[in-house]
Amino acid sequence: MSLMEKHKVIERNSILLLGLTIVVVLIGGIVEIVPLFRSETVIESVEGMRPYTPLELAGQNIYIRENCVVCHSQQIRPLRDEVVRYGHYSLAAESMYDHPFLWGSKRIGPDLARVGGKYSDDWHVSHLIEPRNLVPETIMPSYGFLIKNAAKLHDLDKHLKTLRIVGVPYSDDMIENAVKDASVQAIGSDRANIDGLLERYGENVNARDFDGQPDMVSEMDALIAYLQVLGTFIDFDAIKDVEGSE
Amino acid sequence: MTDDNKKTEHKKEIDDVSGVETTGHEWDGLKELNNPLPRWWLWVFYACIIWSVWYWVVYPTWPTLSGNTKGTSGYTQFKELKKNQAEIVLRQKAYLDRFEKASFEEILNDKELYAFAMAGGKSFFKDNCATCHGTGAQGAKGYPNLNDDDWLWGGKLEDIKQTITYGIRADHDETRVSQMPAFGKDEMLSIEEVNDVVDYVISLSSADKSTIHEKGAVIFAEQCAMCHGDDARGDSFFGAPNLSDAIWLYGGDKETVIESVHSGRGGLMPSWQGRLDENTIRELSVYIHQLGGGE
Repeated sequence: MSLMEKHKVIERNSILLLGLTIVVVLIGGIVEIVPLFRSETVIESVEGMRPYTPLELAGQNIYIRENCVVCHSQQIRPLRDEVVRYGHYSLAAESMYDHPFLWGSKRIGPDLARVGGKYSDDWHVSHLIEPRNLVPETIMPSYGFLIKNAAKLHDLDKHLKTLRIVGVPYSDDMIENAVKDASVQAIGSDRANIDGLLERYGENVNARDFDGQPDMVSEMDALIAYLQVLGTFIDFDAIKDVEGSE
Repeated sequence: MTDDNKKTEHKKEIDDVSGVETTGHEWDGLKELNNPLPRWWLWVFYACIIWSVWYWVVYPTWPTLSGNTKGTSGYTQFKELKKNQAEIVLRQKAYLDRFEKASFEEILNDKELYAFAMAGGKSFFKDNCATCHGTGAQGAKGYPNLNDDDWLWGGKLEDIKQTITYGIRADHDETRVSQMPAFGKDEMLSIEEVNDVVDYVISLSSADKSTIHEKGAVIFAEQCAMCHGDDARGDSFFGAPNLSDAIWLYGGDKETVIESVHSGRGGLMPSWQGRLDENTIRELSVYIHQLGGGE
């Protein structure tokens, strides 16, 4: 009795074929889907991670809209040369509140996973307006229009609400104050009361006029607020031995 | 019926034209050849299957409910990184041990340590500093040229090290801080007064000494000399630039100087403590110190 002969039984019995097909597809599905529900087993428990503030989220939306991810990655791999250049390798925990992930896979420009605090706000403004003024050899396009466009803030509460559905721990308080928090963060502590913002998101939130236009919350404000927190949440000096899932 | 079927299944049919066995299936008179797979391909295929079983045992592979199988080798990329880093540290150890303990003076006088610092400084400069100060350290508008001997906050090795470590107007308790006032914007000087003092400041470094700006000189002595000095040669204690030379951080044309006096200036250099380690900052200090004008 050859194998072919046994297979003939399945081929000639449509109900049996259907049943066995479903079994095979189910196994494949389980193998692919179940690990997603257990993702917490590979996310390190580290202190310092917080959800993005509404303004930073608006900045992330601009980052997505302008497709920065095509040229800039946000993942420092555990390789010696990358760690020397960009700093501590990225942890899974650092992108657990990113929806979608912006890891990217191409580095036409440098990795941005730890760009937060590396350059001044002024530098970001002039670099985004005309990259070649600061880095003559760069091929990055100019994003000068960002400083003229007002940031879209009015629907940020809905963004927060949506993100909460997929597991980002935004509180009712955060959602309720989202729009206000966004403009307060861009106006800065000099001219606005930022106590509520700090209470909700922590003392380390950067609240200042990012783009040098105090009277307007521009897309530039939002994008720079986002860039300036990338990779800054975790204090790696305080936790010496984070090692992936171990 | 069944007997007949069995007979046909077991009988090998050889195709007349190619001489190859057929599968015995027939569609409208066409029969399918049953060519065997190349022997070498088949063996590679089997070898891969055996290799994969070995891989499952040795390396972390299968997800489990509480994590994943670790494999007998206990391999992780993080361990491999540590190994690679340790390897480099070991290779640099001969220099690093001495470098760590050596004072700046000793480094400058020790050929080997100097070469070590310069090589490290050069590569870290490109990764971290060149973005603002330029690949050749030539600077840009608002970002000082590091090749010349004009230093805002002092050009001694210790000064440079402090600037890199804590930054200028940075997010660090020990950062260097000073503020050029916005004389025009905050109405400390009238438009005419700003104009006068700007004319005077520009004349300080210009070759043309024919016009004397008396009014501007008086305002300068009252408002500016406190930080920039009576002779306008600057003061590295306040990070106040030397105004008597032709080196300009933001530009020396009248319009830009008016902008500086009117709205004030206050560039920001980030603090690199935490991002770069002590040795790296010292290597960078030596590199920047020797670029041109180290004091």
